[in-house]
Amino acid sequence: MELTLWTYEGPPHVGAMRIASSMKDLHYVLHAPQGDTYADLLFTMIERRGQRPPVTYTTFQARDLGGDTAELVKKNIKEAVERFKPKTLLVGESCTAELIQDQPGALAKGMGFDMPIVNLELPAYSKKENWGASETFYQLTRTLLKEKVSSSEKISPLRWKELGRRPKVNILGPSLLGFRCRDDVIEIQRILSEQGIDTNVVAPLGASPDDIERLIDAEINICLYPEIAEASCEWLKRNFGMEYTNTIPIGIKNTIEFISEVHNKLDLPLTNKEELENKSKLPWYSKSVDSNYLTGKRVFIFGDGTHAIAAAKIAKEELGFEVVGLGTYSREMARQVRATAKDLNVEALITNNYLEVEDAMKKAAPELVLGTQMERHSAKRLGIPCSVISTPMHVQDVPARYSPQMGWEGANVIFDDWVHPLMMGLEEHLIDMFKHDFEFVDGHQSHLGHTATNTNNILNSDEKKEKNSKEGIIWTESGRAELTKVPFFVRGKVKTNTEKYAILRGIPEISDETLYDAKAYFS
Amino acid sequence: MSKVEFNKETGPREVFCGLTSIVWLHRRMPDAFFLVVGSRTCAHLIQSAAGVMIFAEPRFGTAILEEKDLAGLADAHEELDRVVNDLIARRPEIKTLFLVGSCPSEVIKLDLATVAEKLNKRFLGQVRFVNYSGSGIETTFTQGEDGALKALIPLMESSNEEKLLLVGTLANNVEDRFKKIFRNLGISNIESFPPRQSTELPKIGKNTKVLLTQPYLSDTVRDLKHRGCEMISAPFPLGIEGSTEWFLAAAKAFKINELKVHEIISPLISRSKLALESHKEILKGKRLFLLPESQLEISLARFLHNECEMDLIEVGTPYLNKDLMKEEINLLPDNTKIVEGQHVEKQLDRVRESNPDLVVCGMGLANPLEAEGISTKWSIEMVFSPIHGIDQAADLAGLFSKPLRRNQILTKKTLVTN
Repeated sequence: MELTLWTYEGPPHVGAMRIASSMKDLHYVLHAPQGDTYADLLFTMIERRGQRPPVTYTTFQARDLGGDTAELVKKNIKEAVERFKPKTLLVGESCTAELIQDQPGALAKGMGFDMPIVNLELPAYSKKENWGASETFYQLTRTLLKEKVSSSEKISPLRWKELGRRPKVNILGPSLLGFRCRDDVIEIQRILSEQGIDTNVVAPLGASPDDIERLIDAEINICLYPEIAEASCEWLKRNFGMEYTNTIPIGIKNTIEFISEVHNKLDLPLTNKEELENKSKLPWYSKSVDSNYLTGKRVFIFGDGTHAIAAAKIAKEELGFEVVGLGTYSREMARQVRATAKDLNVEALITNNYLEVEDAMKKAAPELVLGTQMERHSAKRLGIPCSVISTPMHVQDVPARYSPQMGWEGANVIFDDWVHPLMMGLEEHLIDMFKHDFEFVDGHQSHLGHTATNTNNILNSDEKKEKNSKEGIIWTESGRAELTKVPFFVRGKVKTNTEKYAILRGIPEISDETLYDAKAYFS
Repeated sequence: MSKVEFNKETGPREVFCGLTSIVWLHRRMPDAFFLVVGSRTCAHLIQSAAGVMIFAEPRFGTAILEEKDLAGLADAHEELDRVVNDLIARRPEIKTLFLVGSCPSEVIKLDLATVAEKLNKRFLGQVRFVNYSGSGIETTFTQGEDGALKALIPLMESSNEEKLLLVGTLANNVEDRFKKIFRNLGISNIESFPPRQSTELPKIGKNTKVLLTQPYLSDTVRDLKHRGCEMISAPFPLGIEGSTEWFLAAAKAFKINELKVHEIISPLISRSKLALESHKEILKGKRLFLLPESQLEISLARFLHNECEMDLIEVGTPYLNKDLMKEEINLLPDNTKIVEGQHVEKQLDRVRESNPDLVVCGMGLANPLEAEGISTKWSIEMVFSPIHGIDQAADLAGLFSKPLRRNQILTKKTLVTN
């Protein structure tokens, strides 16, 4: 049993709903009690969908448990098929139905329908949402394409040359309740098209079962979100020989690498490599003098595996930040996140507990947090600016404007979204210059009055604790006065460093001089 | 009883389960913690309904069952013990801990009553444990509050003191208004259940006169009766009419002259009627379809018809306790169509066929109906807004007139939504 106050991911059947709701001509009969219908609002409220998710809940009640719940399942399947006439039927169960073992998938298959039926077995007590989405997409792909496996030859990535047409690729993984998927797809299709590459199918977002059957008309697969699509890409590779890409085109370097990877796989010459660097404003904006102040900014990163890893690379290599924390809630991606963290000399945080994340954030004393909506709230409490880079989705993560994360425009969006929460360079410079003027005494440094207040609160509450701490370090009046002169946005860090220094040297009382000693020691 | 038409329907539903009521119960009793024993689905449901992220640490959580807990029951009890210990160590300010059963815990027959009993012995004098079920196989949405209140009744001491007991969660400001009005009527001993602190439970007995503020408390009513409490039969205090009848019924139980009631509430009524006018102008003659969810539907239908002159197409209700709803049903217009239960697809067919001006429904259905050009009001707002009493009648009407007013401002046509 695990105490959970809040969870980054929903149960696996919500992942299945993401696939079903992303697609057309599909219906999902879910053996579940009435309360599970809450999941509809994730789509109709957060994504503002104008259609209900294509899901029928069998709605069994306590009184049905003594009787025949299997009959109830069959009744609901029959009604759903008659009413919605799906081209493919998904059948599965949520956590409670898993316990009563009616095997709705097997029941559906015995009802004599001629449409393909996908039996979804998603273990609700050990797996989570992204796994459920991945498994559903995989089972769907497998069901719809398995008959073609033996008859078809392995697909060569060079087939387009023989056929005398432009190369075709599939874009796999974008789904509803995925972070900015809607716009990423447009951006990536635009980039590929500029390179003379056509999109065969985008799936699951906007695809129908017919489109899934057409996947093998493409030469290679673009695995855009490995959390959702890697299992399917791997199956298509094993059974049809279709190659798939590994690079996620988030950030300039990764986008260029992604384009190179696609060209290499297709054996298509990349003729405009030099131009690519100038497709986005990010490289110049990052180079322009105003961005000097970004150098070495301490960032703390937490999110799904794909977005956290990409954010770390952009932060370090494209914006010149220092990554002081990196973590993910995607256990499936733990290995890759650990590897990235190792390269950055930080320890990866793999957890589903937001309080642990907040704790790590506090300890890392970052100047910017890149996280989920939950980290935005934690950062707000700590008075640290934050930008949201990852699911779980919030209504704010579905903006009306075009706002991808991937490709050239994605890099532009990222520059703005990450840099705007920080104070603009000139402002910071001016505040540093005038910090001793009376206008800039505590509580007046920022237009965000609450930020300064919060910082003080943190210091005050820390001070109370520290008097009782076993180290018994005391801040003298001069030390305290000097600390208030330090700009508020680095004050926490200076305080921690000074105390660390005092402990190291066995200094019982911190004076203004100790502050400067510590500053010299750590610089 | 007026000649209303009763129908029953079964099939796929679109409603919340009883766990959702934790969202307002935990706010009502800030010294209580609600621990759901359930699955990741339960945790996800509550956080999706409650906007949990705004809390540093919410006063509710889920002990999520894992595969190893399902293997053997003894294990699950020990595991729950461990979780509770951790929780109490982390939140020492908690005075009452509700162990809340869920669909999976009910199906595996996890005996939360025994767990609570053991924990009560261990934490005697520090934390009290009570258990109830908020599972979706037994309860619908607001019914969760019924379970939570029923679970507290055995902890209430006995007293034969004469008092008025208001039963059902109210917004604090509404509760204060009600108490003031009752005092003006000459009823001085008034208490509320649930109280504002979980440890300050009212004492009850044969001179306790119970006045319900919410229509979803069947089990609580039954147990209060067993304890000797006297039930005051009245419609619910929604709108001017319902509230007036409600005050009159209470006054009658305390042998207070009816004239005195009218004398005190008539100024409230006149100003409330004035405030109601602008909303009535919009709502008058508009056709209303209520889908079942909050269990407030029958009272809302009565208010919107009798005071706002809306026409009722269909009044859905998750379940119907005819005894508890007797006074409400009496006030409904003849031939009102009440449908108990739900087959959501068939009901939506009827919505489309009847071309209503406004549909009251759950959040999962609201945007899809709007996309079809049908105005909606989501029902979850009723349980989060102060809507009870004479003074709030215009605010209550406003919840329904606002979407219609908005439609008058915006162009009305079917929009591309995806």
